[in-house]
Amino acid sequence: MLPLRTSSRTLPEFRGRIRFFTLLVLLALALLTYRLWMLQILQGHRYAVLSESNRIRLERIPAVRGLVFDRHQRLLIHSRPSFDLRYAPGEDANGLTPLRRLGHLLEADTEELVETARHANGSKGVTLLRDVNWPAVVAVETHQLDLPGIHVSVKARRSYLTDDMTAHLLGYLGEISTEQLRGLRRKGYRSGDEIGQAGLEKLWEPHLSGRSGGERVEVDATGQKVRVIDRLKATPGHNVVLTLDMDVQQAAYDALKGREGAVVVLDVDSGAVLALVSTPAFNPNAFARGLTAREWRELTQDGETPLHNRTLQGHFPPGSTFKIVTALAALQEGVISPDQRLFCGGSYKVGNRVLRDWKKHGHGQVDMHKALVESCDVYFYQVAQRLGVDKMAKWARRFGLGSPTGIALDGESAGLVPDRAWKRRRFGTPWYPGETPLVGIGQGFIGTTPLQMASMVAAVANGGTVYRPWFVQRVVSPEGVVMEEYGPVRAATVKLKKGTLEVVRRALFDVVHGRRGTARRARSDLVSIAGKTGTAQVAEMRGEAVKSKDLPYEIRDHAWFVAYAPTDKPEIAVATLVEHGGGGGATAAPIARKVVEAWFLSGDDESDDVEMTDAQLTRLFGERPRHAN
Amino acid sequence: MQIDRRLVVSFDWPLFVLSITLALLGIVTIYSATCSVDEECSRYLATKQSYWLIIGFFWMVVAFSVDYQRLNRWVYPIYGAVVILLGLVLLVGITSGGSQRWLDLRFFALQPSELAKIVLVLVLAKSLCYYEPGYSLTALGVPLMLCAPVLLLVLLQPDLGTAVLIFLIAMAVVVMSGLRVRSLVYFTVAAIAALPVGWQFLKPYQQTRIWTFMNPESDPLGAGYHVVQSKIAIGSGRLWGTGYLQGSQNRLEFLPEQHTDFIFAVFAEEWGFSGCVVLLTAYTLLILLALRVVRRAQDRFGVLLAAGVSAMLFWQFTINIGMVTGLLPVVGIPLPLISYGGSSLVTTMLALGLLINVSMRRNTR
Repeated sequence: MLPLRTSSRTLPEFRGRIRFFTLLVLLALALLTYRLWMLQILQGHRYAVLSESNRIRLERIPAVRGLVFDRHQRLLIHSRPSFDLRYAPGEDANGLTPLRRLGHLLEADTEELVETARHANGSKGVTLLRDVNWPAVVAVETHQLDLPGIHVSVKARRSYLTDDMTAHLLGYLGEISTEQLRGLRRKGYRSGDEIGQAGLEKLWEPHLSGRSGGERVEVDATGQKVRVIDRLKATPGHNVVLTLDMDVQQAAYDALKGREGAVVVLDVDSGAVLALVSTPAFNPNAFARGLTAREWRELTQDGETPLHNRTLQGHFPPGSTFKIVTALAALQEGVISPDQRLFCGGSYKVGNRVLRDWKKHGHGQVDMHKALVESCDVYFYQVAQRLGVDKMAKWARRFGLGSPTGIALDGESAGLVPDRAWKRRRFGTPWYPGETPLVGIGQGFIGTTPLQMASMVAAVANGGTVYRPWFVQRVVSPEGVVMEEYGPVRAATVKLKKGTLEVVRRALFDVVHGRRGTARRARSDLVSIAGKTGTAQVAEMRGEAVKSKDLPYEIRDHAWFVAYAPTDKPEIAVATLVEHGGGGGATAAPIARKVVEAWFLSGDDESDDVEMTDAQLTRLFGERPRHAN
Repeated sequence: MQIDRRLVVSFDWPLFVLSITLALLGIVTIYSATCSVDEECSRYLATKQSYWLIIGFFWMVVAFSVDYQRLNRWVYPIYGAVVILLGLVLLVGITSGGSQRWLDLRFFALQPSELAKIVLVLVLAKSLCYYEPGYSLTALGVPLMLCAPVLLLVLLQPDLGTAVLIFLIAMAVVVMSGLRVRSLVYFTVAAIAALPVGWQFLKPYQQTRIWTFMNPESDPLGAGYHVVQSKIAIGSGRLWGTGYLQGSQNRLEFLPEQHTDFIFAVFAEEWGFSGCVVLLTAYTLLILLALRVVRRAQDRFGVLLAAGVSAMLFWQFTINIGMVTGLLPVVGIPLPLISYGGSSLVTTMLALGLLINVSMRRNTR
């Protein structure tokens, strides 16, 4: 007990007011407690989730894209580590000094660096230089302290070892578009991802892409990674083995180089694509590096349209190469016998229209063999007239003309096989008899793609089977398990009498080997080739025939040559087109010869190729499990 | 020196012990608040705050040793000194975060607006203690004249939070001193009428803060970031909390100002609702103990002085927690005894010393 404690006495005037303040304090306590109850108990779960999502971030681990090999296991595409220099001006960035230093260090254009850096917005940053070489990486890393805001970022970059040579077949990657993303989000794609935008890269995307993995990381408020909580490994994409033979592809590309044209080489007995070249081409590595606006403009607005795949995306009048179809149709339909001769005096009159032969004074008396060998137009004008356009169209379609071949590439043209019904539909006018002879020599309305023509001539070589062209043999997992295997698909079988084929084949042999053959320049010392030239008029010349080389480039004739080899037991079929190349025999035939010879030489030395692949792989990846085989 | 035995016996132990306990809890929480993702926690600020606590303890002892009646005579000189300090802040103060609030004293930065709160309590207590209860508005002339320069100088820094706080403390003292109820109503109506005019004088960032307070989610990365992150920290503590040093919002630095104004969010994340109830109760107890001093004081000066200090503790505590939990706009008022900050801690200890002063002398008259 405290003796000195007196009973505390409150000054009376304050009593009420103190009670008021006490009440106020208790009220505040109640209010704040209620508030905390609301936040921590009633909404606690929600805030706990928000806290978690603050803390945890999902980071993607991109999958390594599958490799692509040719039929001899030669590597065509791989993904390699590539280094970009990125610039993200932080708060401590001191103006443009680091950029100047970088420009000096790498002997790069400082002005351009500054211009690029101008686009850096906030913390996202921009890529200053893409795919820099190793010495540059080392230089930047060692001078890191002098280069605030500049860092090296590494990513897998697609590398096309065959550059322009396989551009149209292999395609390229590009950033996923908003529309594509809509459908693919479920499959793990995210904006900013790269996806196949053309060719093999696009159509085999599901096999090649693999599946990206991810890791849950703890981050702090500035987004810095603190630690990895768990990780789901990325599944690498599958490797693809093509039917392509790079030796043949290379020969075709080299032979075509500098021209606008296409070469298609098919395996006669399966329709497998051995080569598919369109020139001019583009370098898919430029797409992988990222195209500048100017590069893209050049690619898309170039008059030579390098992005256009001439083997199948556009159709051309087949010219005299179509005479093969006309001949087969005529013999099968019995409108003419092989030995029946027709007179060619250099021109043919239909109604009031005079159609010329390419040879001014004509070929004289012509039978089927001579007509094909010398490519007599007047003979086929008459045969076409006897057949009628509908029967010609029927046979053309049996060989796959007039509809897409069904190859697994985008944008394939159907070509055009005209008949009466088509004319009525298209123009609302009847078919004029004068139009039939032109179709018989592959002129007029008719249009075909080089791929269709290769497929057609392959059918002639194999006895009448039209295969759907294909170029992927198999898909193999990185562990070496075969995931998919592809084989020939029969699109149609054309029933032909043995004699009919014999007549045509003998003629096609003599086109190359005969004394008066139009494709003597396709003759090879290595292998016997049979084929048919074509010189397709672009502009209709009225009056006097003019030599093609005297015409302006845009209206010069297209040069064609379709062929197969070896003649005794055909294995490959070739279609060659040189746009505005002039005469088929002069321009297209030598290209075909080079291609066939390349195939003949590449033949069976597969053991060498495999060794080369091993060396290549080791050089590229160091020691690691072999992917295919 | 002869010490009056009554003083020793009447010493307000509960108030003293509770104050020190809360200040120690503050140091423990500051230690956690300054822990970041690195495994090692920095003891730097917690240690600094311990030194401030020792300094605060010294001033507390000074504040309860000198009889508050003798202090009465020193009120105006002290007032003058603080007004000069506030003026100096505007002239040579350190600018931080858009306002000039600190004076660089070499060893530490002094925040005179903290001292201003307590000086104002003294001035009002002194000037109002001679009035008879039921006085009218006109009698408030002199006190208002004394308040005006302090308020103005704080507003010029600009420190809206402290200005509002000073106003609220002043109001509490005025009400306690017995202003006529009718006058109080007039005054309140006039104050509310003046609000739109006052709005015009606010800095844009202050206006933004008030708007953001109305709807914090509207700008979660900008002005609303503080409150959104603070609510997430508090809410995710749930019933039992994440545990001491385990708050992810704090450790990953999502929380802004986590060792100063927003320290309650750190505490709430780590200790949960249960810990918060304990802390709230402790604070309420502290304020009720302060009000007990008011109730027991034996003269008007003592009553008003204790009432002013009680109001100061109450408003700071309520505004801070209200602000951190998103009930009030963010105005930059620290949580007394717990938030890091030398000026705030020393001032609060000093104020508590004054309370103990009044309390221990309740039987000497």
